Amino acid sequence: MSTPSSFDEFLDGLWKQNPIFVMVLGMCPTLAVTVSAVNAISMGLATTFVLGTSCLLVSLLRHAIPKQVRIASYIVIIATFVTVVDYAIQAISLDLYEALGAYIKLIVANCILLGRAEAHAAKNPPLPATTNAIGMGLGFTLGLFLIGCVREILGAGKLFGVALFGDHFQPWVVMVLPPGGFFVLGFWLITIAAFRHFNKKRNAQLQGAQP
Amino acid sequence: MNNDSVANILLTTILPGNFVLAMFLGMCPFLGVSQKLSTAVPMGIATAFVILVASVSAYFLNMVLVHFHLEFLSVITFITVIACAVQLVEMFVKKTFPELFRQLGIYLPLITTNCAVLGVALFQTARHYNFAQSLAYSIGGGMGFTLALILMAGVRERMQLSNVPTLVQGAALSVVIGGLLSLSFMGFSGIGGGE
Repeated sequence: MSTPSSFDEFLDGLWKQNPIFVMVLGMCPTLAVTVSAVNAISMGLATTFVLGTSCLLVSLLRHAIPKQVRIASYIVIIATFVTVVDYAIQAISLDLYEALGAYIKLIVANCILLGRAEAHAAKNPPLPATTNAIGMGLGFTLGLFLIGCVREILGAGKLFGVALFGDHFQPWVVMVLPPGGFFVLGFWLITIAAFRHFNKKRNAQLQGAQP
Repeated sequence: MNNDSVANILLTTILPGNFVLAMFLGMCPFLGVSQKLSTAVPMGIATAFVILVASVSAYFLNMVLVHFHLEFLSVITFITVIACAVQLVEMFVKKTFPELFRQLGIYLPLITTNCAVLGVALFQTARHYNFAQSLAYSIGGGMGFTLALILMAGVRERMQLSNVPTLVQGAALSVVIGGLLSLSFMGFSGIGGGE
């Protein structure tokens, strides 16, 4: 049992290979449902559930699925779990279901899922595959949450439905409209690229100073 | 039942309700295959064709599913039909345009996981469009997707000549360009009766 390595796998998806900010995958839900922080978190958790369960199943069946029909099999597995989530959300909260709309069903077409199933789950035993998938899912949720926060704060003056500013606050309507999604995502991509850039530079300086 | 006229649906899906720029469907190829006009055009046409096939088959599949009260199977059946349609297009392109097949690479089979294709099937079902309306919706969607891809490729070809700071290069730049395009498409809102 190697706990540290599986923890590494977990962190991998959460930060080092964050699906939104580093791999730039799964853009449709990223931009479409991040109008508010609550929507963003629920979408992220729904995706995490589908990712975790489908990667577990793919990993368990990895010796049984013939190579030629693997993509079709993965898609059917993913579609099954998406249907489960779709009906579960409908049963838990109808408001949320209406806010997310067809984008819950569109989790099927999220590149992260097929990418993980093909690149990781199909080659690894169940435990690391699931850990990696859940890390990825939470990384995705984190990304959605960051975008959703900015859009909700600027576009509606609220966070989780609680008003943050006084009555004089004029909401930036553009932030909750489609262009706002693009701009906020662009802003985060640049911020994170800058952060990584300076981190790398500092590490290089530290290493240069040591010998 | 939905009463939007066919012409309205067609116009709305091409301009103000553009699949890529207003509904965020099909972002992956939009960011991935839009470096050059020469690949953006065939990619757009191939996707538009798959969208059309998917829409028509989803319409009839949905009739069958509703008849047998099996609506919960819709996602699974739609995605399977789409995967088959993509396989068909892939074989056709490989046979007739081998050069193009190499250029499009991984993005051709990835049409299966293009949200726009599944999105058309799901949205037309959710809105209870009849056959003519679904047809208009899918043709408009395909044309809108191709238009967005071509515009993006045109802008990115010009961007290669300009001096961009290293931090902004890559995905961030494409996303910001997408935002500006989306902003300009908002100017079309109201055409086609609006949403």
